[in-house]
Amino acid sequence: MTLAPGANGVDVADLTLINLTKSFGDFIAVDDLTLTIPAGSFFALLGPSGCGKTTTLRMVAGLEDPTAGQIMLGDRDLTSLKAFKRPVNTVFQSYALFPHLDVFENVAFGLRRRGIKDVAGQVNQMLELVELGPLARRKPGQLSGGQQQRVAVARALINNPGVLLLDEPLGALDLKLRRQMQIELKRIQTEVGTSFVHVTHDQEEAMTMADTVAVMNMGRIEQMGAPVDIYDLPTTRFVATFLGQSNEIEGQIVESSGDELVFSAYGQRFGVPASRSVVDQGPAYLGVRPEKLGIVPAGQADSVAAQANQVSGKITDTSFAGVSTQYMVMTSWGDEWIVFEQNRSASQPLRPGDEVVVHWLVEHSFGLSPQV
Amino acid sequence: MRWLRRHLIGIIAILVLVYLFVPIAVVGVLSFNSPVGKYNTSWNEFSIDAWTNICGVPGVCSSFVLSIQIGLFATLVATIFGAMIAFALVRYRFRGRDTTNLLIFLPMATPEVVLGSSLLALFLNLAFPLGFWTVLIAHIMFTISFIVVAVKARLQGMDPRLEEASRDLYANPAATFRYVTFPLVLPGILGAALLGFALSFDDFIITFFNAGTLVTFPVYIWGAAQRGIPVQAYALATLVFLVALVFVLVVQWINHRRRRSLEAAVGIST
Repeated sequence: MTLAPGANGVDVADLTLINLTKSFGDFIAVDDLTLTIPAGSFFALLGPSGCGKTTTLRMVAGLEDPTAGQIMLGDRDLTSLKAFKRPVNTVFQSYALFPHLDVFENVAFGLRRRGIKDVAGQVNQMLELVELGPLARRKPGQLSGGQQQRVAVARALINNPGVLLLDEPLGALDLKLRRQMQIELKRIQTEVGTSFVHVTHDQEEAMTMADTVAVMNMGRIEQMGAPVDIYDLPTTRFVATFLGQSNEIEGQIVESSGDELVFSAYGQRFGVPASRSVVDQGPAYLGVRPEKLGIVPAGQADSVAAQANQVSGKITDTSFAGVSTQYMVMTSWGDEWIVFEQNRSASQPLRPGDEVVVHWLVEHSFGLSPQV
Repeated sequence: MRWLRRHLIGIIAILVLVYLFVPIAVVGVLSFNSPVGKYNTSWNEFSIDAWTNICGVPGVCSSFVLSIQIGLFATLVATIFGAMIAFALVRYRFRGRDTTNLLIFLPMATPEVVLGSSLLALFLNLAFPLGFWTVLIAHIMFTISFIVVAVKARLQGMDPRLEEASRDLYANPAATFRYVTFPLVLPGILGAALLGFALSFDDFIITFFNAGTLVTFPVYIWGAAQRGIPVQAYALATLVFLVALVFVLVVQWINHRRRRSLEAAVGIST
């Protein structure tokens, strides 16, 4: 099934936020945010609680007035438009279904308020899309969490909004159902072609679902891009640790030779490609993802390629998880590192107390500025 | 000993229930009595005279109807104003909001004797003739507080996201009130109205001060108690109790059915 865009008088268009700011008293919840969400994309705003992601969403919905800035949908200025006049709909956290109306009337609500007389066809079609046809006459209280979630999506989507806003829509579901709904939402988005703006604090959810992820912290966007790109090359220490896990070394960039920088810390030298570092001299952090690391017993250090980065240490904890083993390694300078190792070899996992050498390819390093 | 320990809670529960319901049972039983003399206090002989001729004694039925009338009028007016006050107090910040909250609470905390006598003093000062209107005004005054409190609780318990969702779904403020807020608050308003009616119907102290020559049902019973209450009053009291009981049972039954269908629905779907 396809829904023709424009039924709400609005074609799917780019959503643009320009210098958007919201402060509550002295607290700045959203700080001078400028970004464009391309038409038809699945966009995730990812951040810890209190980072301003939900406030941003509520400003787009019209439920919160911005302190400054502008919200544009295509070339239409929404900034001063009341919520009930905006061609934007929201899937609320914990759904906010109307408990006194049945599923059908919940879904029909927006159509009826816009004065559309014959709603049955559209509502049934929408219930079909979210696979809730047989439950049309149930009250929300008689539905399971996953079903309520789908009613909430249908109730918003039936209005063919220019943008669909989703505020932690999967937060109330258990893990298995959440995985299922992630796939479901992605399918619905592909089918209807509307832009989805998805607010979440779950990094895995953001990465699996979104085309573009914006990592937000303290009212600002730290980094934005395709999940693969920001995971592979985080540009701030916050992103490196919030999106996935990272191991870090604090030190200095001491010289550059060609397109490789030399990073020095604790009397050791490490390589990092110049293209993967946001600083090219002075104080810096070197980072590497735990699954990019190899680990060998100290006695076999010779087997590691000479040009690879190396750190020696001692295993403090080994947790075997079937497909992989997670090691905690205390480095010679006392930091705790995480190493993920696929269980491909026939030998037993290394044990706590074993002296080891951890190594990785220069091109897996990334250089970060010391500021958090 | 073991037997006692096991059944102690049950025994205490039965004793409490007996304590609560014996007076009502006595009234019910005595409504079928044919008493000797003026006082209907000891069993003489079974009779259904009081039930078949329930309005047989002058004053019983007219006072009963009057109490119902006053109860309905007072509830209607107090519910309309009370609900509006509750909305104002919950939804808007204005100067004097906290003071209003306190003032609304005061009539509930004030002894009825004080309320009744000060109202009487007011009416006498204004040279307002005592009767139906003074009783009605008094009843509206003291029920309104209870209604405000009950509706306020319902409004405060409402998820603010529901109204946001309504706004998000193209409902302007008037439509949001009509299709979301009001239907959701309605059960609270009805409950408050029921409470208001019950309070008005059986009020004696405030009514007695401001009734003049008007005789409501509680005032009638009080007067009759001096001279021997007619059996008809027992029958009417039993009737009121039975109506209330049926009402409660119906509500319970509806809730039970709703819960069962909900359980069935969830059972099928998961």
